Amino acid sequence: MIRMKRFQRFNLDSLLLPLLGVAVCLLLWQVLAGSNQRVTARDDFGDMVTVTKRVGLSKDLPSPGETWTASKNYVLQPWAKRGELDQGILAFTWLSLKLVAQGYAIALILGTPIGFCLGLSKAFAKTFDPIIQILRPVSPLAWLPLGMVLFLSVKIRVPGAAAPYTASELAAIFTVAICSMWPTVLNTAVGVRAIPQDYLNVAKVLKLSRTKTLFKVLVPATLPYMFTGFRLSLGIAWLVIVAAEMLTGRPGVGGFLWQQYNALSYAHIILCILTIGLVGYALDRLMSLIESRFKSA
Amino acid sequence: MALLSLENVHVGFGSGAKRHEVLRDIQLHLAEGEFVAIVGYSGAGKSTLLNLLAGLLQPDSGSILLRGKPAPGPGPDRGVVFQNYSLLPWLSVEENIALAVDQVFPEWKPSERAAHVRRYIEMVHLSPSALKRPGELSGGMRQRVALARALACEPAILLMDEPLGALDALTRATLQDEIVRIWLENRRTALLITNDVDEALLMADRIVPLSAGPGATLGPSVPVPLPRPRDRRSLHHHPEHKHARRTVLDYLLGPGGRPKLSVTRKLVLPDLVPEDLDGPRPALFAPPKRRATAKSETIEVH
Repeated sequence: MIRMKRFQRFNLDSLLLPLLGVAVCLLLWQVLAGSNQRVTARDDFGDMVTVTKRVGLSKDLPSPGETWTASKNYVLQPWAKRGELDQGILAFTWLSLKLVAQGYAIALILGTPIGFCLGLSKAFAKTFDPIIQILRPVSPLAWLPLGMVLFLSVKIRVPGAAAPYTASELAAIFTVAICSMWPTVLNTAVGVRAIPQDYLNVAKVLKLSRTKTLFKVLVPATLPYMFTGFRLSLGIAWLVIVAAEMLTGRPGVGGFLWQQYNALSYAHIILCILTIGLVGYALDRLMSLIESRFKSA
Repeated sequence: MALLSLENVHVGFGSGAKRHEVLRDIQLHLAEGEFVAIVGYSGAGKSTLLNLLAGLLQPDSGSILLRGKPAPGPGPDRGVVFQNYSLLPWLSVEENIALAVDQVFPEWKPSERAAHVRRYIEMVHLSPSALKRPGELSGGMRQRVALARALACEPAILLMDEPLGALDALTRATLQDEIVRIWLENRRTALLITNDVDEALLMADRIVPLSAGPGATLGPSVPVPLPRPRDRRSLHHHPEHKHARRTVLDYLLGPGGRPKLSVTRKLVLPDLVPEDLDGPRPALFAPPKRRATAKSETIEVH
């Protein structure tokens, strides 16, 4: 009986409280947003006219209802493609995710070995640590133009693909890769340095070769740290792609957001923000699932 | 000829004024087939001594000889059971041992190696837990795995660094008996490092006390001529046991073996400057002259 009660309460809490939070935010949004009011007034000529007036704390902010009405088309037909910058919201998300995946993959492929070198060799760490510390805080907005310059005349054609990579695409991938690399690099380095001396002693006593020590002892011992780095990197990669798309105007969630801002269609900005948030949350959950599997192992 | 010997070995850490000597003038000879126990205080340098024997640490001076020749670096010919088990937590019991066996006997067929691993798991009575990870095992079981891993390499000498230190008294007793049983089966040379005199008396042929640090050194070795198998209940009544126990304890608690207690106290001289009336007058806000400097002396307490 008691167990039953606790079970019910647990379920209720974990479902109702988040809903309550969402409701409070929607209410605040509604209060903040402006609304249209029809006012009947006598004009200068003495005639009765009905005028629609926008009133509210923030007159231009669309209310939740207006946001839904304006976004309905994009949400209910998520895969529609009406034009390059007029697609369903999932179609845009897919385009953004494709770029993120490529940049993120490069970040991991480069970042993990660099992290290992930093963790294993004091000399390597001393040589490159200052450069890493300087490059790490650089904003994606600063990297992107450099990427554009770098890839201006580079043509990369993947066999089977319809068109070669464009400069802006390559620049976006470059920016994602270089910005999201650092958490992987640093976490891997910390993980390698945190390997207990005991494990290394085991390797020494057994006379494991260098490659065997690396793959049988060092890599498994570092995996939990590496995955924490991978997770943080993915979060950054998703942040960066939005900025990169906004600057390059590529179709994607960020590109759509920027275009709709220029088109004064503010409801779609909110749609994009919510989409970016939800996708980011989903990616983080996914990574933490994988991470916890490796931590328990 | 001794299987493994240390000659005039000195080890210290740090350099210059900060250097402190951990082990000084260590002489140790292990004969083939002997079970030697080194008994000493915690922190005296027992683990340092074991690292030396295992080849994980090089002495500052003196030499380590394996069968009369300078010992090479660490290798599976000297099996080590570490104090904290040192099992790889992402591998199962079987995989932990197989990692060692695959490394030491690469020329064997895979089926032979697997059988070898199983035999040693059986020897430490862990067959039901062969597929478990170290995290799922108790401390005693983990230490059995570590023991099986060291033995499976068929080392010429088995080095054990306080292997039972982290276990409760009952598990400890069972494992003591088991280690002796396994040792009796093939009588490989074994070295046990412990801080428990009774454990050493129960298991070893010979006890070498290690004096307290800093600058610990080995005392005269004490033979334990007790018949095997030894029974822990009746052992105490044996006159040889009493004699050996007293000799070891006398050394460890005597002037040569026990920790040197020292007190460091500050000596503060009164901060008085004699006034010099003939000299130039000091400036009004000149910093006060300080002649007294804090000094300290260290006194050994007996």
